[in-house]
Amino acid sequence: MMTLKVNGKDHQVDADADTPLLYVLRDDLKLNAAKFGCGLGQCGSCTVIVDGKAVLSCVTPMVLLEGKQVTTLEGLGSNSAPAPIQRAFMEEQAAQCGYCIAGMMMRAQALLQRTPKPTDEQIRGELVLHLCRCGTHMRIIRAVKRAARLMDTAALTPASEGSAR
Amino acid sequence: MNAPVILDRRRVLAGGGALIVSFSLTGAFAQDQGAPPTAPKPPGSLATSPYLDSWIRIDADNTVTVFTGKAELGQGFKTAFQQIAAEELDVAFDSLKLVTADTKLTANEGYTAGSNSMHNSGVAIQNAAAQVRALLVAEAAKRLDVTADSLRTENGSVIAQDGRRMSYGDLVASDMLHVQAQPTSRLKDPATFKVMGQPIPRVDIPAKVTGGMAYVQDLRPPGMVHARVVRPPSYGAKLTDCDTDAVEKMRGVVKVVRDGNFLAVVADKEFQAVKAMQALAAAARWQEIARLPKQNDLPAALMALPARDTTIFQHSDTSVRGSKTIEATYTRPYQAHGSIGPSCAVSQFIDGAMTVWSHTQGVYPDRAAIAEMLRIPPASIRLIHVEGSGCYGHNGADDAAADAALIARALAGRPVRVQWMREQEHAWEPFGPAMVTKLKGSLDDGGRIADWHFEVWSNTHSMRPGGAGAMLAAQHMAESIKPPEPKPLPLPEGGGDRNAIPIYKFPNARVVHHFIPDMPVRISAMRALGAYHNVFSIESFMDELALLAGADPVEFRLKHLDDARSRDVIEKAAQEFGWRKGQQAPSDRGFGFAFARYKNLAAYCAVASEVEVNRETGRARLVRAVAAVDSGQVVSPDGLTNQIEGAIIQSTSWTLYEAVTFDDTRITSIDWQTYPILRFDAVPDRIDVHIINRPGQPFLGSGETGQGPAAASLANAIANATGKRLRNLPLTRKRIKDAIDA
Repeated sequence: MMTLKVNGKDHQVDADADTPLLYVLRDDLKLNAAKFGCGLGQCGSCTVIVDGKAVLSCVTPMVLLEGKQVTTLEGLGSNSAPAPIQRAFMEEQAAQCGYCIAGMMMRAQALLQRTPKPTDEQIRGELVLHLCRCGTHMRIIRAVKRAARLMDTAALTPASEGSAR
Repeated sequence: MNAPVILDRRRVLAGGGALIVSFSLTGAFAQDQGAPPTAPKPPGSLATSPYLDSWIRIDADNTVTVFTGKAELGQGFKTAFQQIAAEELDVAFDSLKLVTADTKLTANEGYTAGSNSMHNSGVAIQNAAAQVRALLVAEAAKRLDVTADSLRTENGSVIAQDGRRMSYGDLVASDMLHVQAQPTSRLKDPATFKVMGQPIPRVDIPAKVTGGMAYVQDLRPPGMVHARVVRPPSYGAKLTDCDTDAVEKMRGVVKVVRDGNFLAVVADKEFQAVKAMQALAAAARWQEIARLPKQNDLPAALMALPARDTTIFQHSDTSVRGSKTIEATYTRPYQAHGSIGPSCAVSQFIDGAMTVWSHTQGVYPDRAAIAEMLRIPPASIRLIHVEGSGCYGHNGADDAAADAALIARALAGRPVRVQWMREQEHAWEPFGPAMVTKLKGSLDDGGRIADWHFEVWSNTHSMRPGGAGAMLAAQHMAESIKPPEPKPLPLPEGGGDRNAIPIYKFPNARVVHHFIPDMPVRISAMRALGAYHNVFSIESFMDELALLAGADPVEFRLKHLDDARSRDVIEKAAQEFGWRKGQQAPSDRGFGFAFARYKNLAAYCAVASEVEVNRETGRARLVRAVAAVDSGQVVSPDGLTNQIEGAIIQSTSWTLYEAVTFDDTRITSIDWQTYPILRFDAVPDRIDVHIINRPGQPFLGSGETGQGPAAASLANAIANATGKRLRNLPLTRKRIKDAIDA
């Protein structure tokens, strides 16, 4: 048993130390957002935020997460109370199948917490680790820029773990 | 007043509600009977499923449910269908519920493929909705004792001139909607549309961006266990030995399933299943066969296979003769669908009844195939479509469904979730077929094409089930079922010959399809089928001939085209791009243009591109693309734009980077490092999509119309930038560099 802090809550998790975080999020905590894409750290669809940094949860074993704070897309906001990044992706209609989108959004969120007004180049550079097969890239870039404006307009401080709005 | 019908499942099961009962009792098979052959058929899928209540049901509490046999694949049609139904029924968009492909609930609309959803299901829903509204109005006229013409409908009610109103829920009576559709409907005047044609936000996006339940991967029925399959290392490999004892003792392992060459393991938790799969794979011994063709010599290997040749188009005018002739050969490798999420399915087998949740494109054909594999009646299987990762054609979806069903049968009672690993999806999905085209064309003295000769060599472009043998589990199990005989897909849609017949008018033209039955590599339908390579070839060669004629590529195309809508998209794309005759691209940049009408009968699409080419490295990047599209009456303009943007980016990735690799035995492109696709550093600066709306014209499928034009436009821009014509896909950095240096 180990304690895993996800979206501001402590969870007692019974998983082997080598279990990648992704499986614990999906299988034990029943969270949908982080996706299995490759299990190899090549596509980014499993991305979550750990202590403010975007992390590939499919290649991050539980043993490395003791005492860390994990944020998933569910921790940012909800359908009825979406976070700026979620509002932005809805407003830009930035998805087709949407399977890669949760991971993209988490990396973008981490970028915006660090760099509130990123340039196009910074956004592209950051998202280069992520694959989208439907070809929604133009909208994703627009959505990240819109999220930056929404966060700025709302004069919100960079989101703290698990309570970002 | 007649008692309103309550359309919930309990009433159905209890046998109440005549409207539903007739649907339930007749079942989906009966719906296929259709109208007598002599009668004119109603439009779209109403022709095969004519009962209005197969499409639309109205509850006493005014809930309106719309049914489609098509599957949402990320293309966004759920929203479009809801718009169509809301418009023709005159109900609020948000008040509608839409049920998609499910063998227990929806009509059999075959596969969701070929850009046919709008044209089959959208048309059916539109006409069913219009006819349902007419029935409700007629009923209200009777009850209010007024003429139908004096009534109007608004927001789910019929309203009389004196202000009396009756809601649809009040009006709908027992079997009112269980009637066959009429051949024609009184559709609304497009000028009055309030919902259709509006950019309504997609209904599926909120869940997808907030971590809601959105995919088959997210299903977690109580008691669910996780399975992983150990696939053979290569096509045709035989499992000679596998000591499963150690694996069976691993923590959490519930069962090892071995059935001939089919090997799988089930565990309580997902990562336990992954670890057990790895241990099982290490324990398995396989006998492999080296039988793959030489990858470096693929076009020759393909053309050396026996082929069935058909001249699919011939036109001659002996009075016109060419004076200058050129020839060219274009090739395409095997390419992968490359879904970001590997295929997944959940299945449960209780008391002889099987339920399968799958991201298959065809719930009915998949059900038939699984029934054949398990040797149980189709009626004992319920196939429910749940969205998966985008598929872009026939990926591992049906195979994963078969895996789940086979494993679930061995574990009666427990819901079993199977998810493929990345390397399994990459190695085992049925790829988009390799193709070769040979073109020959002549110009007359006036610089017009006098003679056009086009030949295409290709496998079939669909090995979908159609039969259990199309699925890996059925091929691999002990009582193995052979893959079905490959067949060419019939024209006018075609398969390998899709879009092989030129849309341009040439005095002399001949098109030959060399259908190759033997399939050395597992292949099936991939977005646009043969149209991707055929349009790439035709539109590249048009530029080669334009160059020979010393003509502007846009002007040259228009010179050979009399169809007004084709001309309109070409002119629109050229104008919005700023295309000018005699234009000169900036240094190391190039402009390209291409056009096609998908299948020569669906949406029209023209794409103008600007690329930059690094002459030192050979790297090509799409800088900007401007597309014009005509898909008839537009329903969801932003959805259409999203499809075209996506098509351009995906096709750019196919065209610049993608080829499945293999040695003499195994597929060697098994992840994103060995099969690289486009990343954000290669995304263009902008893509502009211009829609030519055609109010009142039929919907024209647009999901695949961009693939071919985007590819050729890019290739033409690279030729414009470098002065070198590249004809072998993909147009890799190395090939471009070699061409520049040659």
